[in-house]
Amino acid sequence: MTPARKKRLTLIILMVAGIAVGVGFALKALNENIMFFFSPADIQAGKAPANKDFRVGGLVVEGTVKRPGEGLTVEFNLTDNDSVVKVKYTGILPDLFREGQGIIANGRLNDKGEFIASEVLAKHDENYMPPEVMDAMKKSGQKMPGMDKKGI
Amino acid sequence: MFKWFVKWFHRMGSPPHFYRFAGSWLPWLTVVFTVLTVAGLYGGLVLAPPDYQQGESYRIIFIHVPAAWMSMFIYMVMASCGIIVLVWRMKLAEVVLICSAPIGASFTFLALVTGSLWGKPMWGTYWVWDARLTSELILLFLYLGVIGLYGAIDEKRVAGRAVAILAIVGMINIPIIHYSVEWWNSLHQGATVTKMDKPSIHWTMLVPLLLMALSFKVYFIISLFQRVRAELLHRERNSRWVEELFRS
Repeated sequence: MTPARKKRLTLIILMVAGIAVGVGFALKALNENIMFFFSPADIQAGKAPANKDFRVGGLVVEGTVKRPGEGLTVEFNLTDNDSVVKVKYTGILPDLFREGQGIIANGRLNDKGEFIASEVLAKHDENYMPPEVMDAMKKSGQKMPGMDKKGI
Repeated sequence: MFKWFVKWFHRMGSPPHFYRFAGSWLPWLTVVFTVLTVAGLYGGLVLAPPDYQQGESYRIIFIHVPAAWMSMFIYMVMASCGIIVLVWRMKLAEVVLICSAPIGASFTFLALVTGSLWGKPMWGTYWVWDARLTSELILLFLYLGVIGLYGAIDEKRVAGRAVAILAIVGMINIPIIHYSVEWWNSLHQGATVTKMDKPSIHWTMLVPLLLMALSFKVYFIISLFQRVRAELLHRERNSRWVEELFRS
């Protein structure tokens, strides 16, 4: 490589490294804004904003989905296998909503510490398999790899 | 071996040689592309079983995931060409860079649209501003920026160098897209295939997915070769080899 080319290559590497560091710091500073949701443990620790809309994500606790009354209102507990928060929502739930499923709810906390959701989104995990394989895994007591990660 | 590579690299840099080389490969690539696409689509849409949770809706991954991979792969091709343009001042790399941009933009657009169509029934929304979706949208804007910047400068050698810098700078976004689902909480799920662990997808679904990914790669090469050949003819329209090509 000629000296001129070597110099240009060095300049490019320096430029990319410099920008990478800059972007890295910017993303670090904006970390909280990029986080799409808070976990129930974050809420417990008081990290979630008060009197302001935010999102909470976790797994729907099995056996806690209740429909009080006739309407579309639904109540359930949300967990990250650490803390639990109670969520109330009135509206249409996405297809993937079910007990044990990861979901993300948008809304705010009320005085009683319940989360009043205005929107519920289902978070899909990264596992794809035929129903028979899932049944076989359940029978043999195997756990799916994605479900160990902080519950979501 | 290295000497042979350097020789090959320099020969590839010559426009008439590349023009002939690409032309002779196009028919073969088209055959490979057709076989891969038919096999991948048949495997994905007919042979693969439905998913345990999503039922039939998951089948959009056979387009969405390869398109998303291509959107990042093509950007890496562009950035590598950008480095060759700036360091070695190779004309052909400029042409490959600018000819890749519209293809990459199309794949990015396809990934965004298919993801959005899948998101409505599965997540319950077409779009959210989570880290993965936002960084992929930025990738689309980077592609459009490269196309726009190239078009805005009349002197094409200068334009080639300008877009090379943009392509290299934008490369920072690629690891951000890939790791966005790990670094931050996001609505988009984590990686299924492109991770160190064993892929968390059943092999009956994985095989057609990989076939489609290969088919998209071959499609990119076909489309790129055609674009590069046209651009070379246009750029070298006053040179001897083009004149000879059309005289005979």
